[in-house]
Amino acid sequence: MEFTITSILNGLSYGLLLFMLSAGLTLIFSMMGVLNFAHASFYMLGAYFGYAISTTIGFWPALIIAPLMVGLIGAGVERYGLRSVHKYGHIPELLFTFGLSYVIVELVQLIWGRAAVPYKIPAELDGPLFTLFTTAFPIYRGFMMLVAMLMLVAIYLVLKHTRIGLVIQASLTHPDTVEALGHNVPRVFMLVFGGGCALAGLAGVIGGNAFVTEPAMAGTVGSIIFVVVVVGGMGSLSGALLASILIGQIQTFAVALDWSLLSFIKLMGSSVAVDAPYYRVLSLTLSEMAPILPYLLLLLVLIFRPKGLLGNREG
Amino acid sequence: MHALRPIQFKPLNLGRWLVWTAFAFMLMAAPKIFSSGSALSILSQMGTVMIFALSYNMLLGQSGMLSFGHAVYSGLGAFFAIHAINYAGNGVLPIPLSLIPLVGGCAGLIFGVLFGYVTTKRSGTTFAMISLGIVELVFACSLMFPGFFGGEGGVAANRVIGKPLFGISYGPQIEVYYLIAFWLFISTIGMFAIAHTPLGRIANAVRDNPERVEFIGYNTRRVRYIMLILSAFFAGISGGLSAINFEIVSAENVSVLRSGGVLLFTFIGGIGFFFGPMLGAIVGLLLTVLLSEFTNAWQLYLGVFFICIVMYAPGGLASLIMMTVRVIAHKKFKRIFPSLLLVSIASLLAFSGAVMLIEMMYHLTLESANGSTTKLMGYVVDTAVATPWIGASLLFLLGLIAVYFARQPFFAVWGDVNAEIEHAMKGAH
Repeated sequence: MEFTITSILNGLSYGLLLFMLSAGLTLIFSMMGVLNFAHASFYMLGAYFGYAISTTIGFWPALIIAPLMVGLIGAGVERYGLRSVHKYGHIPELLFTFGLSYVIVELVQLIWGRAAVPYKIPAELDGPLFTLFTTAFPIYRGFMMLVAMLMLVAIYLVLKHTRIGLVIQASLTHPDTVEALGHNVPRVFMLVFGGGCALAGLAGVIGGNAFVTEPAMAGTVGSIIFVVVVVGGMGSLSGALLASILIGQIQTFAVALDWSLLSFIKLMGSSVAVDAPYYRVLSLTLSEMAPILPYLLLLLVLIFRPKGLLGNREG
Repeated sequence: MHALRPIQFKPLNLGRWLVWTAFAFMLMAAPKIFSSGSALSILSQMGTVMIFALSYNMLLGQSGMLSFGHAVYSGLGAFFAIHAINYAGNGVLPIPLSLIPLVGGCAGLIFGVLFGYVTTKRSGTTFAMISLGIVELVFACSLMFPGFFGGEGGVAANRVIGKPLFGISYGPQIEVYYLIAFWLFISTIGMFAIAHTPLGRIANAVRDNPERVEFIGYNTRRVRYIMLILSAFFAGISGGLSAINFEIVSAENVSVLRSGGVLLFTFIGGIGFFFGPMLGAIVGLLLTVLLSEFTNAWQLYLGVFFICIVMYAPGGLASLIMMTVRVIAHKKFKRIFPSLLLVSIASLLAFSGAVMLIEMMYHLTLESANGSTTKLMGYVVDTAVATPWIGASLLFLLGLIAVYFARQPFFAVWGDVNAEIEHAMKGAH
């Protein structure tokens, strides 16, 4: 019981962090058709900016300033890089962001070095929030969940209840008409790209100290958020939320469980010889398989539901 | 309008024979010209990367499929090949070493059938993401099954197996080079031929306009699937050759990093021309091998170079060369030369400024423990003093401003000249 509740809470906080990342990616993709390969790099930039600012003027200003800086950089990338590649089509756009991810990793190493930086949780958020049976639940996990929830509500309100949100939604499906009505669609694109990058930056500021802030962090989370976006359904924000939480739960549960097919067979009352050729496959525990589970989920979803969980278009 | 000429069978395409013969001679002569040990190992590596990049271009250039996971096929091919070498060495499998690449190719083909079934269900951006998922899956698996993949250390082998045939034991590097050159030649012919079959042509159509291909009655998914399988076969051959060349295969062979590398090389070379990827393999490998000896920042340069290619020359180096050749052939090079020279000088200024800044910064963050001075293009520079920083920044800024002013006239002349050439070519028909 204790294990289940703690794992659910941990999975939820990790899943919500994944959602903060994939939300920006999904928004950018559904609007511009651009898969931002460098999205996880902006997450990394957010973490490093958060680290740099929090060591000079403190964590709380960093929480505001760092995402804004990342957003500005994102907007600049869209304005001066992506926009000029746009005329060649979607594949060169994707390649551009792919090259960008290389360059950002190198630039981060250029400035902050190759080792991990000591980005610490602020003192006022350090400590247990409540104790469940015997396991303490850290305040910071709760804080992460709170920020992600606030962000979710904010995105919803902006998209559904503001003028700019309406323009964004309209540009999603009918960019030409929106342009004909006198809105500057390229500027809306720049805004969305910058905003999406800022969300990734925010995730970096609060994720960087919960996990490790190092040059490899973009690579580790990068492919997972692509899985989230495909599993949830390309371009579906609610699908991204569902898939992030699903993958968050799967990963936290799998790491802690050492069930394997072998233990199942033993439960059924039979046994397998140690020297059998498939023994290795049978004895793989769930915790050993944890790294591949998201990708297996991706394959299963693609085979049985190619649109993704909540997607409504075939890619 | 002129009437369309029916395609006629020509008994002898002399130009094509000449090009292929020249290619064969180049392969044979290369180790005579670059005969040092390190040059020979780079040449051998180039051969394998060329096959890999050409097979990658069957997807990206010919069928419009951007894959982030092509190393899966070459890497798994390499693993099967290295196990085959070991089995052949034990006498379990009676395979000569010269046919080991075929083992890799078949392994690549089988995994192409397996993974391609899932990945080619989708095209475009989704295909790219799924291919990334597949490579992550295989990479994670490679660490889960140390029995087959050899864990962190990888699987090693000794390529000298059996009795030497005609005095060839494949011990010396030069013999391995000629084995690679032979397979490179065969594979290049194979891939060139595939590009010109009806299948290759319809793959081009799938790349350009899948909807219309569906309307004329082709199953675009099946075309993508077959192209992926064929491409995986050649990738497997290149994996088998690299297993022979290095005598070790590790998890890195099936990684995202390796897949990204071949994408960079292929695109830098140029995906629009058949020889583009080969050019990309040469340039990319030279950049990685030579540049990494001079500087720590080589990946940064490679990344920036790649972005420049994507932004300003999406046809890659091959298209740059072909367009310049076309301009020269039409005797218009004199017109673009002055503005080209200006742009080149300006970019060189900005580039050298940027290089100085980057190198000094790298020194400051990564090697400052060894003192604040570093060697830059032969000069000793102290990174703790402001003067070199100001100088480099000035150089960089001046270069940028110069590029800003020089590029407009260049693009104007370049556009004019090419428009004229295209007009002339249309008129000539």
